Formats: sequence, structure tokens, C-alpha cells
Amino acid sequence: MTTKTPTSQAIMGDPGPTGRFGEFGGRYVPESLVPACIELEAAFRDAWTDPAFRSELDAVLRDYGGRPTPVTECGRLSEQLGIRVLLKREDLTHTGSHKLNNVVGQGLLARRMGKRKLIAETGAGQHGVATATAAALFGMECIVYMGEVDTQRQELNVFRMELLGATVVPVTSGSRTLKDAVNEALRAWVASVEDTHYCLGSVMGPHPYPWMVREFQRVIGDEARAQCRELLGGADPDFVVACAGGGSNAAGVFAGFADDTSSGLVAVEAAGGAAVTTGIPGVLHGMHSALIQDEAGQILEAESISAGLDYPGIGPEHAHLAELGRARYVSAGDDEVIEAFRLLARTEGILPALESAHALAWVTAATGRGEIAQGSTVLINLSGRGDKDVAQVREILRGRS
Amino acid sequence: MSTPSASTHVPGTLESALRARREAGHKLLIPYITGGLDDEWLLVLEALAGAGADAIEIGIPFSDPMIDGVVIQESSLQALARGTTPEGVLADLSRVDVGVPLVVMTYYNLVFRAGHARIAGDMHQSGVAGAILPDLPLEEVGDWARAADAADVATVLLVAPSTPDDRIGDICARSRGFVYAVGRMGVTGEQAVLAESAREVAARIQAHTDLPVCVGIGVSTPDQAAAVCEVADGVVVGSALVRRLLEGVGPDGAAEFVGSLRAAIDAG
Repeated sequence: MTTKTPTSQAIMGDPGPTGRFGEFGGRYVPESLVPACIELEAAFRDAWTDPAFRSELDAVLRDYGGRPTPVTECGRLSEQLGIRVLLKREDLTHTGSHKLNNVVGQGLLARRMGKRKLIAETGAGQHGVATATAAALFGMECIVYMGEVDTQRQELNVFRMELLGATVVPVTSGSRTLKDAVNEALRAWVASVEDTHYCLGSVMGPHPYPWMVREFQRVIGDEARAQCRELLGGADPDFVVACAGGGSNAAGVFAGFADDTSSGLVAVEAAGGAAVTTGIPGVLHGMHSALIQDEAGQILEAESISAGLDYPGIGPEHAHLAELGRARYVSAGDDEVIEAFRLLARTEGILPALESAHALAWVTAATGRGEIAQGSTVLINLSGRGDKDVAQVREILRGRS
Repeated sequence: MSTPSASTHVPGTLESALRARREAGHKLLIPYITGGLDDEWLLVLEALAGAGADAIEIGIPFSDPMIDGVVIQESSLQALARGTTPEGVLADLSRVDVGVPLVVMTYYNLVFRAGHARIAGDMHQSGVAGAILPDLPLEEVGDWARAADAADVATVLLVAPSTPDDRIGDICARSRGFVYAVGRMGVTGEQAVLAESAREVAARIQAHTDLPVCVGIGVSTPDQAAAVCEVADGVVVGSALVRRLLEGVGPDGAAEFVGSLRAAIDAG
């Protein structure tokens, strides 16, 4: 599948040398890291226009990652909801989530830049597992920073990373979740920037990450759009729905639809970490974006059932898409997410990641409210599989009975 | 040697004070403490001035101090847990006059949230002569720096060991008060051995400016401070002092440590 090259006029285009999406984005990092960000931007621009790099990336994603992922039409769920539900199956990607698209891209880029080591932050562990996988594949050293709370919530993913040869460092500062893992990864990068690439896991952080990660995830949207047109006789879905923590799977799928379709784009945040709907503009982790913070500007802790969405910010391009009105930002609460998880399991035989279940939870609720009209076609980006969440869901359901 | 910063602006309060000290033959000693750390923090401030500090850097605690190591992280969280706010730190500072320039260090979100002009004005009213915002690099500093200039709050910019030479000149031209030389590629924290980069980066900066150049990050002991000052105009010492404060040495212990830094620098 070829990926179209966006123009700067595009809604989801090239943010230029300042890395701005409207007023959002930028590069708010200590001087120690500025040269590395400039070097990375130049390397990415060069690689992204190099057909050899693109074809190598496509080949790895195809032969190793399992792309293209299918779009699955959900017969029983559609019948139950009275709408036509299509799932973009990123859960079928190697390592079980869309995160692989980004780490393969960044891994190849890091190797091209002569870096020998990858560091990464992780929340749920999916990005950590994906980075550890890419490091193993490309023969690189890998250190993953993970909030201590998350290492407990996602114990198996810690073990997975270790099996893949990575070192997992539990982060004990602050709220001990994803935001603190990002802080720690940035701190580690300052001290190792010479030979180390920071493989950031979402469309966040300093320029060029929000743009670069979106471009590496754009493959989701480009594939899905062509697949939908085939299924729908040339039409686009009425809605394209994805969960958003930092927002990489949403950015990837939106990128295929934002510019020249009239599909309604909906990003579903965790109710306890809804940066766009409850946050205000600020600067954290190198970017100007929407953040959950107090009066003085201290960052607040996000709280969600899903470690992958436990983040008080969102990628800057999402703040921009919200401001433009091109995408809507909504939220789903823990209880409805659990119900959505069970619903998809029983109607379609698919266990979604709790993160992805947020998207389904909103679709279910919005259909019930008539916000999604009966007969509509809805594409949900099923960003990851739920195997990692089974133990947690069991505990929650046991606690209820 | 080019001196763009000297030729393109009128020196503010901080630059004038530091230049005067330098011209009098002094190396500049700038200890750092976390604002609102405990009930005694203003007494510590006075003690530092009495022990020979030429200026004092005051951290306004932020929830996510990404360029800080474990000691400053801990002191920030301790201060925040006491309910310390940017307004509170500035209000406290407005009640004291310790006789040396005060420079605040904080993260940009607190400044952005308060509003550039408003907080620059509040800083000036509180007797603050400069501000260090480590996550606001040259490309992003413009709006804040204009507001700060207007309030006579010097925007002190950082130069790191990784900064290329052509960029150093641009940073020096926009920096006010002094240039903060990042001594090592890493976060704040004590180091057993002074990084070679500490003196190297100071010398590289001095080739671009005659603003005072002070080295911070990774300078922990009297010997290290003296070694840095053989090249640089001064030194910032943070974690080594804050660790002692967290251990409970109080104003007297803080003064004793800063006095030992002063003695080593002056003997050097």
C-alpha cells in the first residue's frame, strides 16, 4: 500500500520547521535536547522522502508486522446496535497493537542515524513491548521506563519486555504512571543522547515527534480508507472513531480521512484523563497542547481503568483538530468501557484492549442517544487486543459480584 | 570575540549587578534553593546571602520537573505538598531584602498559565531580577522574553555541551543577566567527579559573549566549584545544597556549606 505524501495545505499536513499545528505543538525542551530534536527532524525529513527507506519500512510492516490489517464487518454487533460497525483490526498486528507501526519506523530511522540504543516510555506496556520487539529485530539495546503503578497493573507486559531482551525501569516519581515515565525517559535521553534514540510512543512530545509518529501511523488510515471504499461501494464511513490517550492510533486513522472525506472524526478519551474536553492549554513534555492542570499550572494525575490512556495531555495536533472542529473529542467512563469490552467479546468473539474499548463504548452510547443515527456506517479503530487486560477485567468483574 | 548581547541592549539590574561583582574581581557564587520547601526557607535565603552568595536562584516548584534529578524532584514535591504556589513564593520573596539579586528558576507551564506580562510584573514587584525557564529554548522564548525585558526580569538562557557553536552566538545574543552553561549532559544532581564538559562549555560560550558565564548542573563540591571558576565567571550549586536542606541542616548548615564553596572559589 502506498502512503500519500501530505502537503502543507492539508489539514493533517507537514507542521513545518517550528512544528506548529495552529498554535499547538512546538519544541519545549531543555537546550541539551534541542540539537537532538533538530537532527531527528532532518533525518526524518530525509528518510520520509527516500523511496528506499519507505520500501524497507513497508516490507517490514508487511512481512514481519502482518500488514495490511483487515477491516472486519461486525455482523452481530451491527444488528444489535442498528448501525453498520466496521473494525480496523490493529489488534492483529504483530505484538497486538498499532504501536508496532511507529516503532518499526523509528527503529529503522534510528539505525539510519547510527544510534545503537532505544529508550522508550510505556503506560499499558504495549509501546514498551513494541519497542523491545523492534530493538530485538534490529539488534539494538533497549531500556523501557514504566510507572511503578503500571508495572504492577501490567505485570505480564513487563515480563514480555524482559523476554525480548529489554530492561524495564520502574519509575517511582510523581504519580508513577505514564506521565512520569515520559519525564524519566526524557531525563535519561538528556544523559545518553549521543548514541541513543528516544522512541516516543505517541503523537506527543517535542517537534518532530507529533508529526513523525502520526506519519508512521498514517498507514492505518490510508489502508482503512481504501478498504472502506471497497466495502462501501466507493463511499466513506459516516464516522471514524478511535480512542485517544496521547492519540497516536486516532491520529493515524484520522490522517486517512481528515483532508478529503466528510467522515465525522471522533476521538474518545478516558473520562478521568480527558485532556481536550476538560483540560486547558499548557506546556508539558515538550509540547504546547491541552492539559489537565490546576489553577497554577501544576499537572494533575489522570485516572483511568486503562493504563494506556492514563495521561493528562494529548498530542498537539489533536488540540488543533478540536479547535478547527474537524474532529470531536468525547469521553467514556470505566463502567461503560467494561461493558463494551464484554459486548465485543460476546457478539464478535474479539477481546479489545481496554483502550480500544473506549471507542466502542462511545459508539454504543451515542447510538443509544441517537447521536449516531440508525443505519449509519461507523469505522472503529480497534487499536489493540485485550489479552493483556483479561486479568484486570476479571478482578473488576469479581469485585462487582 | 563578538559581543552582541552587550551591544544590543541596555544591561538590566541582574546583568549590572553581576558585572559589577566580576569587575571587582569576584567569581560569582549562585546557590539554588527550592522556594517554599519548609517554614524556614526565607531564613535559609538570608543565610546564603550572608555566607557569600552573589545571587540566589530560587526554584518555583513544578509537578513535572523534567530536567531535575532526584534531589530537586523530591524538594519540589515536598514544597508542593505544603501547598506552595508560584504566587506564594513571589509573595514570600516580596517580604525580604537579602541584598543580592534573586533569580527564579521554574518550568514554562507555570509562567504560561499565569500569563507572561502578569507574572513578569509580579516577579519584578517581588524583587526578582531574573528568570531561568529551562524548557523554553531559544526558538520558543520570544514572547516571554519580551514581557520579561519590559519588566526588567532577565531571561537567562542555557547553553549545553551539545549546543553547536553557531547556535551559541544566537543564544548569547538573546540571553540576559548571564549565560547559564549546562555543565554536563544530564539532569541536575551531585556528581563525584566534575565532567570535563563543564569547563569546556564555559570556554566555548566565552568566545561568543562578554556576559557573565556561570556553570550549573553537576557542580557539587567546593573543589569542583573552584575548578569551574578557573574558567567560568561563576557557578550555580543546587542539588548539593538542597540535599543538605532535605536532611535538615537548616539555615546554619546551609550557610556553612555555601561558606565552604565561597572559600574554595576565592582561594582558587
